[in-house]
Parts: sequence; C-alpha cells; structure tokens
Amino acid sequence: MDTDGLRIADRKHIGLAEMLKGGVIMDVTNAEQAKIAEDAGAAAVMALERVPADIRKDGGVARMSPVRKIKEIQQAVTIPVMAKARIGHFVEAQILEALGVDYIDESEVLTPADEHFHIDKFAFRIPFVCGARDLGEALRRIGEGAAMIRTKGEAGSGNIVEAVRHMRAVVGGVRRLTTLPPEELMTEAKTLGAPIELVRWVGKAGKLPVPNFSAGGIATPADAALMMQLGAEAIFVGSGIFKSSDPARRAKAIVQATTHFKDADVLARVSEELGEAMPGIETSKLAEKDLLQTRGW
Amino acid sequence: MRIGVLALQGDFALHARALERCGAEAVEVRKPEELAGLDGLVVPGGESTTLLKLMEAWGFVPALEAFHAAGRPIFGTCAGLIVLAREVESPRQFSLGLIDVSVERNAYGRQRESFEARGEARLCGRPTPIEMVFIRAPRIRRLGPGVESLAELRGETVMARQGTVLVATFHPELTDDLAVHRHFCELVRRAAVAA
Repeated sequence: MDTDGLRIADRKHIGLAEMLKGGVIMDVTNAEQAKIAEDAGAAAVMALERVPADIRKDGGVARMSPVRKIKEIQQAVTIPVMAKARIGHFVEAQILEALGVDYIDESEVLTPADEHFHIDKFAFRIPFVCGARDLGEALRRIGEGAAMIRTKGEAGSGNIVEAVRHMRAVVGGVRRLTTLPPEELMTEAKTLGAPIELVRWVGKAGKLPVPNFSAGGIATPADAALMMQLGAEAIFVGSGIFKSSDPARRAKAIVQATTHFKDADVLARVSEELGEAMPGIETSKLAEKDLLQTRGW
Repeated sequence: MRIGVLALQGDFALHARALERCGAEAVEVRKPEELAGLDGLVVPGGESTTLLKLMEAWGFVPALEAFHAAGRPIFGTCAGLIVLAREVESPRQFSLGLIDVSVERNAYGRQRESFEARGEARLCGRPTPIEMVFIRAPRIRRLGPGVESLAELRGETVMARQGTVLVATFHPELTDDLAVHRHFCELVRRAAVAA
C-alpha cells in the first residue's frame, strides 16, 4: 500500500490485523491447546515449538515450530493461525508462507538467525507482525513491511512491567511527534532511527499506520485490561495461559477482560476463582544476556 | 441518528469512523442494554467464533432478535454476515438466522488468498462503483427467495439485503469509499421514519 509516497504493508494484510482488534491471540504448541484456545474465544492462535517460559527454562536454540505441528493446528481450528519465525530467518518465513499460515511473527522469543538484518517483509504474500520496544523500532519494522506491531515486553516472565514500559514508549513517542514543528522532524527521524516519511505520517495522523497490539508478560485478566487501557488494540498471551493451573478458565477470563477492559465490575467478576497464575520473574534481576527483548534492533 | 457498532471484537472502530463520516452518531455496544435508543446496528468483521462466544455470554442473542423484530436495521460485514445468516457451513455453527442466506466460512482460503477487487453495487436503485477488500472472506452459497442481491463478483453475490438486514462478504470500512455505509444510513433513516 502506498500512502503519500510511503510504502507500507498491503491494505488486506493490515486489514486482517484490524479484524483481530479487541481480541486475544494465544500461544499454542499443539492441536489440543489450539482447540482449547478457540473454544475459549481466542481471535487467533500462535503456533510455536515451546512457550516462552519453557524456552527460558530449557535454553538451547529456539526455532520455528515443527511443520507437522503447524499443520495439525491448522486442521484443528477455523480461526487464523500465526506462527513464529526467527529474526532474519527468511527461509523459515518462506516455509510458513508455503504452509499458508495467516500471519508470521518475526519474533525475538526465538533465537535470532541474523544479528544485523530483519526479514524483507514486502517479499511475502502473507503478513508479518514484529515486536518493538519504542517508536523508532516500531517504525523500522513498519518500514520493512510489518502489517502489525506488538510490544515486546519480556516474554515468558509473567511480569507486565516491560510490556507497560514499551507501550508507554510507543504511545508517548507518537504523542510527542504530533507536537513537533516540521523543521524538527528530520532530526527526530535521525534520533529515532526511523524513515522520515513514516515520522511525518505519524506526526500528522497521531497514530501508527498499522495496528498496535501488546505482548510479553501478560498473565492475568487485569494485565490484559491494563495494556488495553494504555492503548493496546489487542492482546497476545504466551505462557500466561498454558503455564497456569486452569488454562481454559483463564483463557476465557482474559478474552472477557480484553473486550470489557474499561468495566471494573466485569474485570472483578472474571478475575474470581482463576486458580494459580504462572509463576513470575523479577525482570530487573535478569542478566542482560537472559533478556529476550534486546534481540533485534 | 444514532447507530450502534457491536464492539465485542473486530474492526468496530473503523465502522464507527465510517458512520461518523456519513453524519451519524456511532455508539460502541458491549452489553445488550446499550442497544436501547439506537436506530440501527453494525455487526463488524472479526472472528465469528469469538463474536458468538462473547454474544452468548452476555445474552446478545435474544437482544438482537428483539432489535430486529422492532424494525431496526442491522448491517453485517464478513464475520457479521456469518453471525446474521440462516445457515453456516464449514464448520456448521450457530447463527441468528435474521437473513435467509447460507454462508460458507473462509471460502476463498487462508490469508494468502485474501484479495481486493472493484465492482458495482445497486444502492438505492442506482449502479454505484465500489471498492471491495476480501479478508479470509466467506461466500454466500444460497440466497433465499426474499433476499435481494445488491452486488456480485464473478457472478456470485457479495452483498445482499432482506428487509432491514444488509450484509456484505467484503469490508467497505477498510476503504475510504463511503457508498455502502451511506446506503445503510439511508436504510436506517427510512426505518426510523416508518416507525
């Protein structure tokens, strides 16, 4: 799609992200989990080899989900099926395209395949979502063709603090651009490390040109509603559901909380008797090398 | 004129923007009691399974049946059409049955097969050019006798109306083209005058 000399993802691909708004996208590792997610009201599922909490615990190289698992998940549900590819691993992305997944997440949760370059997302017939920690990172990914942005947060931590930091950075960055006079925009683009056309567009529109979702650390209905009130347009839940004591019930509650995110009475009701949430990690105590969010640039 | 947009899940914000640009007041609806005082309702695109779960949890099924019975127009796009149809296939699932059509879900394929097209619709009796964006779109496989086809693509109906219920398999709200929303606003205006 071309907007004022600015190339971004196709309208039909941004459109699918629009259809997911107000919804919950749930990480699943097999067909059985995918069915639980769909029955709970998930708007889409994300296929991956291991949920982030297990990747963190087990270590080793985390790759694209096995092809057979992705096919099983596609057979099991009618909602969109997304899958993760490693940052820069355009061949994993080509395989996911051949499988007909509905969205590719070029994800920092998997071990990066390229330390310098992300995938050229314009080269694909299916859309991409990418993580971001701030406005500059979001605009770089959109400039590469991402049709949806999500906060990175700190995946597998069960701790919402990083997702909050990243959402505030993106939303605050957008707000700041709307206040700048035209002569300051080029310097701002340089500081952000973002394409000037996108910086101008955002300054004028007061929003990103693609939907802005939240991921990374959401474990409770309250976490989901917090991100929605901070400006997220939909929610990704990774380990938060299938690492809890009652996944189906928690999944349903997070779906309700994402729709009724401004209604505290509903939030109180769905937060009752959920069983145990996933155990959390104090992210400020994680060593730099153990952070997933610093992968990619 | 106040028109609701069912805001449980999906692209409700884009429908609200299109309605406002047509001069209507758009109201987000998340609970059945918020339907009171509305002249019409849009059921947006989104995931129909998600929409149905949230509708059932909040008692929207009887509320929408009553809204329809009171003569208030309803416009469903994509998932909204699936929710309003008489029958749904692949897979079979519950639907409200407010328009006599049979619909097949995801009938063109997955996102890779999503597409855009230009066409012509008969709106208020006049041929009108329209932009159409199809996203994991359903196909209307059967039209009941009381249903009027308003637009076709490659010989298949993509937009239809029965009485006060308007449906489209595509997403006019993703374009800057307001023709379809204007048509719906006109339906709502006429129904309000008749009531």
